[in-house]
Order: sequence, then C-alpha cells, then structure tokens
Amino acid sequence: MPETSRAKLTAAIVGPGNIGTDLMYKLLRSAENGGSIEPRWMIGVDPTSEGLKLAAGKGLETSHEGVDWLLKQDELPDLIFEATSAYVHREYAPRYEEAGIRAVDLTPAAVGPAVIPPVNGEEHCGVGGAMNVNMITCGGQATIPMVAAVSRATAPFGGVSYAEIVASVSSVSAGPGTRANIDEFTRTTAAGVAAIGGAAEGKAIIILNPAEPPMIMRDTIFCAVDPDADRDAIVQSIAAMEKAVQEYVPGYRLLQEPQIDDPSPATRGQAKVSIFVEVEGAGDFLPPYAGNLDIMTAAATQVGENIARSILAEV
Amino acid sequence: MNDVNALARTWSGTHGDDPWGKLDLRLTDTCLRDGSHHKRHLFTATECHDIVEALDASGVPVIEVTHGDGLGGSSFNYGFSRTWEQELIKIAAETAKRAKIAFLMLPGVGTKDDIRAAQDNGGQICRIATHCTEADVSIQHFGLARELGLETVGFLMMSHTQPPEVLAKQARIMVDAGCQCVYVVDSAGALIMEQTADRVSALVAEIGEQADVGFHGHENLGLGVANTIIAARAGATQIDGSVRRFGAGAGNTPLEAFVGVCDKLGWETGIDFLQLVDASEDVIRPTMPEECQLDRMTLMMGYAGVYSSFLKHAGNAAERYGVSGAQILLEAGRRKLIGGQEDQLVDIALILKREADKQAANS
Repeated sequence: MPETSRAKLTAAIVGPGNIGTDLMYKLLRSAENGGSIEPRWMIGVDPTSEGLKLAAGKGLETSHEGVDWLLKQDELPDLIFEATSAYVHREYAPRYEEAGIRAVDLTPAAVGPAVIPPVNGEEHCGVGGAMNVNMITCGGQATIPMVAAVSRATAPFGGVSYAEIVASVSSVSAGPGTRANIDEFTRTTAAGVAAIGGAAEGKAIIILNPAEPPMIMRDTIFCAVDPDADRDAIVQSIAAMEKAVQEYVPGYRLLQEPQIDDPSPATRGQAKVSIFVEVEGAGDFLPPYAGNLDIMTAAATQVGENIARSILAEV
Repeated sequence: MNDVNALARTWSGTHGDDPWGKLDLRLTDTCLRDGSHHKRHLFTATECHDIVEALDASGVPVIEVTHGDGLGGSSFNYGFSRTWEQELIKIAAETAKRAKIAFLMLPGVGTKDDIRAAQDNGGQICRIATHCTEADVSIQHFGLARELGLETVGFLMMSHTQPPEVLAKQARIMVDAGCQCVYVVDSAGALIMEQTADRVSALVAEIGEQADVGFHGHENLGLGVANTIIAARAGATQIDGSVRRFGAGAGNTPLEAFVGVCDKLGWETGIDFLQLVDASEDVIRPTMPEECQLDRMTLMMGYAGVYSSFLKHAGNAAERYGVSGAQILLEAGRRKLIGGQEDQLVDIALILKREADKQAANS
C-alpha cells in the first residue's frame, strides 16, 4: 500500500481475454476522467494474445509469463483485476494477499465477499477492507440489483422468499472461461441472488444463444413475494434501480413494465414479480451485443475506483 | 422372439425383412422426462411408479426420469415440480427390475451436484443436453459422469438448425469429453426424413468408431416415426420415444408404434409390442392431462422450428395477455430462441399486446 499521498493506485489486469481487454478500456477511460486507478500492467500466458498486443499499444507493460512474472517485479501493483477463470483465481488469490495486493475478482471463484455497485458498492473499502472482492458473474451483475430492489420494497412484507434469474447471452460473447465455468456461474450467481439480492433462496440459469446477428444480453428476474406486498412500491423501486445501474451501464434498460402475477399453484402461493431487462454494451472491445461483458467490466471499474478512492483518502 | 413378434412378421406379408438389414436397437422411453412438459411437471410418486412398472414389464430397456428441463429444472421459468425429481428418480430406480434409469441435465440449468445426487438415487445413465452449437459447455459434466462410472449420452438439441457437418464436430467435442452416445435431437420436430438421415450419417462417420449415435424425435409435423425409421437405417442404434407420444409439443415418436414397426421390419428391440400397447392404454393414458395433439399451436412449432417445450408457456402467456399463442410461437422462431429461453415468451406476448392495443386505438 502507498506510503505517501499519491494521486492514483496502480493496477494490473490478469487475463487478457474478452473481459480483461474490455476492462482495460474502461479503466483507461476512468483514469482520463480523473479516476483513482492507473492501469499499468496486462498479464497473460500466451505470447500471441491479441489482448496483450492491444495493451502494449495502449502503453501498458505486458508479459505472457503469467502472475509469477508479475509477483517477481520490484514494483508490485496496488490492485489486481483478475479476469482469468475461477480455477486460476482460486490458485492465485492467496499469493496476491500474501504480497499485500488487493484483488477485484471478475471470475465466479467467489474467494472474497460479493459486490454489486448499486447495492453494496461501498462495502469492503478503505485500508482495512477485504483483500479480495468478487464481482459474482455477468448475470449476477445484471440481475441482483433488481432482486435487491424488490427486496427493499417488500421488506415490510417479509421480502423476497425466492428469486430466480435467467441470463441469455450470445454464444460469441461467452469465451472459453465462461464455458469451462458454467457450473460456477450458476452456483455463484444463485448465492449472490440470496446474499446480496436479499432473497431467502436464489436460483440462476444461463443460456448461450448462437443466433446471428448476435442477440443483445437479456435477463429475466422472477421474485416470489407476499401477495399483500405494495405493488406500486415494487414498481417504483425497480424503476429507481434501473436508473442507478444506468449510471455506470448506460445500455441497461427495462424491456417491459414489471409484471406482477397473482398467487396460484404455479407460483407456489406467492405473488410473482417478473422483470425483463436488456443490457446493451458500450462497445469498448466487443460489439454492443456483449452487454454481459460490459456490465461486468463497468461494475469492476466502479468497485475498483471505490476501493482506490477510499484508500487514497485515508493515507 | 415371442409369438406376437412372430405374428407381426407374418403380417408384414411377402416383403420379408427390411432390405436395410436386421438392426438391433436400444430404445429409451422418455415420457417421465419429456412428458413432464405435457404434464406441466406435475407427476406424482404413484404415477411415476406405475409408469415405470408397466414399461419395465414390457421390456423397455431404458426409462428416462427427470423434470422436463433436466435436473434443477423446477423453477418459475420452466414450472415447479410437484414431486422433486430426485424422488422420482429414486422411485423409478426402486421400481424397475430390468430397465436402467436415465436422467437428463442441461449445463446452465443443473450442476454437477445434481448429477451426483441422481446417481445416489439410482440413476445409471447420465444424459447431458446442450444446444447443438454449444457442446463445449458439457465437457466438465461428461468428465464427472464418467469418473462416477455413469453411462453417458449427449443430446445435441435443435439439430434442425445446423448442417450435418457442424453437428458432427459438436458430437466430436462430446465424445472427446467422455460421451458414449450422441443423439441427433429434433427438439422442434422440424426435421424431414433425409435431413434426419444426413445428420445421423454425419455423426456415424465422425464418432462411429468410438461411440453410438441416437435419435430423438418430435411429432410437430407428424414425422416422428418416419424420421426415427430413417435414422435407424442411417445408423442410429439408440432411439428415443414416448409411449402415447407423451412428450413436449405434439409429443415424441410414439414408442409403441415404433416397436410395432420394428417387429414388422424384423428389427430387435427386446420389447413386447402387445404388452406395451396395453401399458399405453391402461397405465400411461390415464396419467396424461390430455392426448398430445397436432393442432394449430404444435404445428406452428414444427413449421417455425420452435423448441417443443415452449408450447405450454406460450399458451399461458397467450391466455394471460389475450394474444395469439400461435403468433407467440412464430415470433419465437423468428427470434431464433433456443431451449431454455421460455422467459422470452412473455416479452413477446407483451409486445403483441401493445401492437394490438395500438391498432385498436387507431381503428
């Protein structure tokens, strides 16, 4: 951690794939706009990686010799953004912590506590904050804010007893990491729906759709709530959350008015709230259909900036 | 060969055995899995027991039992199970004397933990389904299933959407991951005869040395049995059907009809035709909410290439919002929705309703 007052904390991105490269563009833009992070390294394991080339072109120091190389350098980053896979992050997380580096984990490894910017984005900040925070999954980032919105609005009626999310993403936007981690995706997202969304029980489903032209990311959120819960309050809370997410993901929008179904045997006796959203990306690295990448990297940028700003304010 | 089979052979007249040769097929009944869609996932423990008992007694060698959308499918999106699928698997395994119990899982819906639980409950064959371009999401699950000693089957869903060579490459990914039989799955009931044969042949050419090839048909254009016959002649040795078509959409290939055909062609199935027909009438039919029918909605699925299990969900959305269910299905086809995207049917219904409201306001 910095000894003297500095304008920015340094960061390394580990994993120069779709997510890591998209994240680089967002961190660079944030730095230009007065952010508190200086992205300085891009680390991979494949010398032919396109992401490493792009990073070098943007003036980042790059290596294809992996984290081992990074941790041998005289100057270590303050922050690491992990954009590899859950398996890789689980292996390296203890070494980052040993080296005193804060990690923002964009894989579904769930080593550290989960963070969703508009729900608990200010938690785990500051010098004594968690050494590792987890961004859950793209589907989690797109849906958990809405589960939290319904939980808040229904708190006087016992909140959300069960929430289920369905994330549909285009096949081309799901890289090898996502594909190898599909179980981790469903497990980690479901856990986040409960822990951060506030649902008593969570479930997650992911669909990869190969349609051409590629479909824009779509997410559906179902919440089971008390039939007597205030429906206007639910709808207002959802609309407010849409605005909150749009602050860092402008292409996040409700496709339809939230639908509330009366209780029936098919809803297990609860009222069912259905929320339909679309996430159009900013088109930084992959085209706009890849809103799943965009919301993940935009959220990680927010969280990283929150951590960096809070640390810089304390030293 | 019992007397009844011999009788069927006599009825086949002067043509004798099938000119394509004498085939030995392994049939799987899927009414306790694919039929779960038609049943809106409301099977009771007793119904499961009775169906398994009847199918097993008829000599059906494999019986698939799971929520229609596979392990973990019980949900708002697909419908909640009345009886927990793991309990149904357990009952089936305890009931069957000869048949093996298979279960289905879709990566992205179920997880490896569900596979372990299904095995603990007596499931012996793990069937893993992916959309037919996304086979690589199943690699970790095939790996686990083989490690656990389960027999493995891969399902390439919506096979009508891809040409034979693409399917063959996807089948290769599954086999390399540990899959022992890859099915061409006509989820929309949209394949027409030679299209089925070409796809099965491409898989046989690619994986035939290491694995079996199977075929799973639907009746949405009335071609279930015809497609299945031609698939078998093209080299599919594992065949799915559901007694009385009890499956999604217009239902599956009617297993009893296909067994009758096999008898007449001199193909071996090990199933007693007359006993299966009795089971269909006396045991399976009473558990069905209605017959699986070729009607406006189900025809639309075969015609527009729509995933068969969308049927009931499109019907629900049509009723809730007062729009045409057939139009919802056509739009689902136009959007190229795939298995699992049932949630989008409500979005389509809401758009149709808005358009209808706008037109009403203008007129």
